[in-house]
Amino acid sequence: MKRSGSRRARLLASAVVLLLVLAACGGGGNGTATTDSTGAGKQAADLSGSIVVDGSSTVAPISEAIAEEFRTEQSGVEVSVGTAGTGGGFKKFCAGETDISDASRPIKDEEKQACAAGGVEYTEFRVGLDGLAVVTSAKNTFLECLSEKQMAEIFKEGGAKTWDQVDPKFPKEAIAIFAPGTDSGTYDFFVEEVLGDPKKPESLKPRADYTASEDDNTLVQGIKGEKNSWGYFGFAYFKENEAVLKDIKVSGDDGTCVAPSDETVESGEYPLSRPLFIYVKNASLARPEVKEFVRFYLETTPGLIKDVGYAPAPASDYEGGLAKLKSGS
Amino acid sequence: MTASTAGTPPAALRRGSSRSSLGLLLDAVYSGALFLGTFLGVMALGLLLWTIYDRGWDRLATDPGAFLTNFVSRFPARAGIKAALYGSLWLMGLTAAFSFPVGVGAAIYLEEFAPKNRLTNFVEANISNLAGVPSVVFGILGLGIFVRLMGMGPSLLAGGLTLAVMSLPVIIITCRESLRAVPDSIRLAAYALGATKWQAVRHHVLPAAMPGTLTGAILSLSRAVGETAPLLVIGAAVAIFKTPDDVSDPFSALPVLIFNWTGRPQPAFAEAAAAASIVLLAMLLAMNAVAIFLRNRYTTRW
Repeated sequence: MKRSGSRRARLLASAVVLLLVLAACGGGGNGTATTDSTGAGKQAADLSGSIVVDGSSTVAPISEAIAEEFRTEQSGVEVSVGTAGTGGGFKKFCAGETDISDASRPIKDEEKQACAAGGVEYTEFRVGLDGLAVVTSAKNTFLECLSEKQMAEIFKEGGAKTWDQVDPKFPKEAIAIFAPGTDSGTYDFFVEEVLGDPKKPESLKPRADYTASEDDNTLVQGIKGEKNSWGYFGFAYFKENEAVLKDIKVSGDDGTCVAPSDETVESGEYPLSRPLFIYVKNASLARPEVKEFVRFYLETTPGLIKDVGYAPAPASDYEGGLAKLKSGS
Repeated sequence: MTASTAGTPPAALRRGSSRSSLGLLLDAVYSGALFLGTFLGVMALGLLLWTIYDRGWDRLATDPGAFLTNFVSRFPARAGIKAALYGSLWLMGLTAAFSFPVGVGAAIYLEEFAPKNRLTNFVEANISNLAGVPSVVFGILGLGIFVRLMGMGPSLLAGGLTLAVMSLPVIIITCRESLRAVPDSIRLAAYALGATKWQAVRHHVLPAAMPGTLTGAILSLSRAVGETAPLLVIGAAVAIFKTPDDVSDPFSALPVLIFNWTGRPQPAFAEAAAAASIVLLAMLLAMNAVAIFLRNRYTTRW
């Protein structure tokens, strides 16, 4: 009896210890939160509240960078950035769950309807440009420039199997394609740009028989190891892996080959660059902290967007956004 | 017990006795194959640990204080895991607080009190099936019920409840196994001394089953803490610049942050992700150590 009693006591004690550990975690959380807000009190922080941002994981690094900088100006405002994806972000946004939706493509018609049904009115702001690099392995010797027509030949359903089918000057070697999967915004953009609007009947269908991954770093690994490889992904991933990859110049309708670079993406000369957006709920814009955050977003982004691997949008986009912001109030 | 000698065959079965040579050959082949199985498992674990250590240790060791107490940043060298670490600790506590009492309660009911009928069988079959459901499905459930229907938003509470629901089946199953392992003589002795069913369970059966139950619960919790998919679905944040004050706050979590960082273009973020993995692994190993400690401390042999 005594022995089992003491064992129970010990069990109880260990349960109490477990609870205490948990409570300590909670206490720690509170403690740091208070020190944060007192530290903040020294600065001229007059706004408070919280702003929920969610959406594209491509745009998230920009929003994260802005939130990081915004803290030093308005430390009373708590910003959280999620990465539900552009589509997932719009679902939440149109259900009224978020204040700002990051998007790597413009809002679709179905999503507009969902927002209308959810009673969410919004304002669109362009915040940057993301170049799409078309690449092969650094070991490749023959690929220099491809036209959009040739890329359509590679990426359409039932398209070229060997390189000589793309251009007779190329060797008769199998094409190894590594490209983003169908859930990716990068894929959507490439297909629309090169094969045509998927909703139109005359557009070509994309092929499905290629190595797909939603993770661009995985594509880098595949492309670098195979000398007859071909693929595309965000320009930032090319820049970080320049030593093992080779960029393929892209020629548009006029036939001049353009290599992707910060400059050609920014100037719009490079044909494969897509705009990045944030969508802000109008009801949230009425709140001073959200309005201030968006103003800060538009003014600060051009200066720091290169840190996260993208190019700034034309200055007129930011100015237009700021004008929208002013007239909206 | 003679646990230390259990692995050695009795003298009569040792090689060199009158067994056929084919039998002896098969003996060697099978023991070799079994050893290889064990070895492969350990190898895979070792390789994983080594890879993470190799990629992340430098990043963690250069300035562990800053790494643990900084918030995320667009500059990988400045990025830290503070919010995610606190988020994960909160989630762990909340998940334990919800899933342990409910899981143990359900197990006690099913094992000791439930009548053997169709309804019980149906519930049991479903619990076993739920244990095999992919975690992302629990995420969708959490998004539908906790985040949307009950209006919790992407809060710690919603995250904790989602992970708790995910952990429940395993906790129930392991707790039931432990209860079943308690010999009936204990229950009968309690009844013979005039104890009610509840008294027998409360004072004798449950304490005896506690070590196994705790082990199962902690292992199930470790799995929950390492989950990414359900948290992504319910909307855990990647970038957040405060630690939670209470359960209604939005949160980040280590696995979500690691997943995000590994997807970034800059290799330095991959290193930061590996460093964060080391922290997460340390958390999980600590939990497993607690489980082993509890099991060894309180195991009763009948």
